[in-house]
Amino acid sequence: MHELAITQSMFELVLEQAEKAKAKKVDKINLVIGEMTGVVGDCVQFYFNFLSQGTLAEGATISFAMVPPKAQCQNCDETFELKEFDWTCPKCGDNKLQIVAGQELFVESIEVE
Amino acid sequence: MKIKVLKDILSANEQIAQANRHLLNSKGVFAVNLMSSPGAGKTSLILETIKALKSKVKIGVIEGDVSSSLDAALIGKEDVPVVQINTGGECHLDANMVSNAISNMPLQDIELLFIENVGNLICPAEFTLGEHKKILISSIPEGDDKPFKYPLMFNKADAVLINKIDLLPYLKFDIQAFSQAVKGINGKAEIFQISCVTKQGIQEWTSWLLTKMSRK
Repeated sequence: MHELAITQSMFELVLEQAEKAKAKKVDKINLVIGEMTGVVGDCVQFYFNFLSQGTLAEGATISFAMVPPKAQCQNCDETFELKEFDWTCPKCGDNKLQIVAGQELFVESIEVE
Repeated sequence: MKIKVLKDILSANEQIAQANRHLLNSKGVFAVNLMSSPGAGKTSLILETIKALKSKVKIGVIEGDVSSSLDAALIGKEDVPVVQINTGGECHLDANMVSNAISNMPLQDIELLFIENVGNLICPAEFTLGEHKKILISSIPEGDDKPFKYPLMFNKADAVLINKIDLLPYLKFDIQAFSQAVKGINGKAEIFQISCVTKQGIQEWTSWLLTKMSRK
């Protein structure tokens, strides 16, 4: 449900960047989304199609680079993908972890004409 | 033509949140963003905290709900300033809504501001409001698997309150497994076991809060 607010924010950011570059049209938007954010790509595209009507971003496709959650063990420094229901280091078995990936939510680049 | 952007999607929200924090700091207000699933006990915790601290601290409350002002009416009975935000469908509070709400509050008469977020364990985690601490309530009936299901929320909390601890004898909830999961991804989080019915743990929670306020 937070996709509407996130898409609105993303749309404004894209328009601002496109206008700054004096673009005529936005073809593609490349997003990087951490899986922990729970952002649903289909919802973002749906809201975006609605919000972008009549703007230079109308018709743009959105590409989602999804980043799986990763943690670093605070004991042995091993970095590994966080699995459901098993939050222990696969190398040393410790459970003190630092999340190092999976919370991303940014516009990597836009492709414009 | 490809243009590198590399900008956080929620940077606009972050900017407003920073302005909120700046304003709150200038008025000496300590703000707490209170988050949980619906029915975990956010309003009850605020009421208990008001009762415990009313003689020591000037408290104000922002109530966030999708609709209704039931919670604001409850809090209002305690004779503290309260502003209700109705998000009209949005599942979380954002910095702009809070900015509007604090402009309607007598900040000079408030030292501790509770911002009760919309009951939801997903969306509020993404939106900073300008708060000094994020507090998460997780209650016994919800089950002990919530850290695994909503890791982002648990990762961002400064303290996790296990509410309705008086129901522990009746329900299956492994406190140790829960605490281990929380501590695993969030070493800084304090964990309190509380009950707004029996008042267990309320004193520990309010002492912690007062310590954090004094260190701001």
